Amino acid sequence: MDILIVLIKIAVVLVTFLTTVAYVVLLERRLAAGIQNRIGPNRVGWQGVLQPLADVVKLVMKEDIVPAQANRFIHDLAPMISIFAALVTFAVVPFGNTIELFGQQIKLQIASVNIGVLYILAFASLGVYGLTLSGWSSNNKYSLLGGLRSSAQMISYELSMGLSIIGVVMIAGSVELDKIVLAQSGWKWNLILQPIGFITFVVAAFAETNRTPFDLPEAEQELVAGYHTEYTGLKFGLFYLSEYANMLTSSALTTTLFLGGWQIPYAENFGLPAFWLSVFQVLSFCMKTLLVIVFFIIIRWTIPRFRYDQLMNLGWKVMLPLSVLNILLTGLVMLLIN
Amino acid sequence: MKSNGQLKIIHKKDLNFWQKIYLTEILKGIKLTLAQVFRPKFTRQYPEERWNPPASFRGRPVLVEQNDVERCVACGLCARVCPALAIEVQASESEYWKERYPVKFEINMLRCIFCGFCEEVCPEEAIVMSQEYELTFHSQEEAIFGKDKLLVPVEKLKDRLEFLRKYR
Repeated sequence: MDILIVLIKIAVVLVTFLTTVAYVVLLERRLAAGIQNRIGPNRVGWQGVLQPLADVVKLVMKEDIVPAQANRFIHDLAPMISIFAALVTFAVVPFGNTIELFGQQIKLQIASVNIGVLYILAFASLGVYGLTLSGWSSNNKYSLLGGLRSSAQMISYELSMGLSIIGVVMIAGSVELDKIVLAQSGWKWNLILQPIGFITFVVAAFAETNRTPFDLPEAEQELVAGYHTEYTGLKFGLFYLSEYANMLTSSALTTTLFLGGWQIPYAENFGLPAFWLSVFQVLSFCMKTLLVIVFFIIIRWTIPRFRYDQLMNLGWKVMLPLSVLNILLTGLVMLLIN
Repeated sequence: MKSNGQLKIIHKKDLNFWQKIYLTEILKGIKLTLAQVFRPKFTRQYPEERWNPPASFRGRPVLVEQNDVERCVACGLCARVCPALAIEVQASESEYWKERYPVKFEINMLRCIFCGFCEEVCPEEAIVMSQEYELTFHSQEEAIFGKDKLLVPVEKLKDRLEFLRKYR
């Protein structure tokens, strides 16, 4: 019975996740168009709602080209690693409290891993293999440069990302994500308690997901398309999907770690029935994640790309000391209060 | 910058604290980009909303048809001047007042570069650039326009003819 519940949870979350990813692509295209005073895709279906479907059909139908001198096995493997890393991270994100369905208490989280934050950091950094291997196996200088850049960038920002989470972990007293969310009840969102940590985490999240202003691995103006220059059809689609899946996952993580997760401040006092309270909590999680995604998209069309040396300067000389300082400050304040 | 023969050095103003930490500047940028979303859009929804070109527009060249007869006297100047060699004219005699007429007049629309030289050189104002810009073909043969496709009644070309008389 338990295994059945887990399987159903996985199926529901996976389907919802992938559909959301597809619609995040549409949202990005429409919002980008709006920012550039255009209309954007609005032909397929009402206001373009079927556009993601049309895109998927197009990508699946396209020819799969592998360069002559490419390492075929790794060339095939790389996009799979990329999408795997993006999907697997979402498994530990709690998207709601427990809910009672058909007389069963169901925890709204696929896997409550007791090393939560470590698990996330481990799998998020696994994603770099996808990009680096795709760059290497394509036998193309642009791909290779993109792959190298992505690995350098990921390693630099992984550090400040990990350190900026430590402040959160100190406050919650646990690395389990559901406990971190529970510790943020009421007004005690980590956004308020950890402003520096929030900023460093979000900046690192931008760098980890290869979004502008840190999209150096696929800088169009210099590297054609970066690491996925030599990819077509379904495999390109997987990279595209994993980029947006990464974005969605890191938005969900930002929500969980800093914006109170599924918590609605003081919702327990409204006197709602338990079932509806859980539903609203899940909805609040979705809304917060959506807001972070919109923020991601707007930033992309607001800030120009960093130069490579600026990226490294920011990573090592600003983000890293800031996140260390944040840990010190958090420790100091906790010591003074207790 | 040069003023009274001496080079003047202009120092860039240093960024202040808030500009240095970027965050406020980023927020200002977001405000700017978000404001664009609510401004009017420039997109034209093409197949539904079409563009009406002004009279000065050089669309596909057409032959002017007046009283069910083309004005063209088949002098062949247009074919001579055409830089892309797109026009082919064959003259013949007729019992009308103008005595000559083109028995065959073909413009290869794949070669035409819309330069308007044919229109400029024409002594009879018989070939003019129309306002049509939608030219699509399924085959090369289809792209060679004969007299059947080229003849357009003079009433439809009023704008262009007026423009030519005014500005040429």
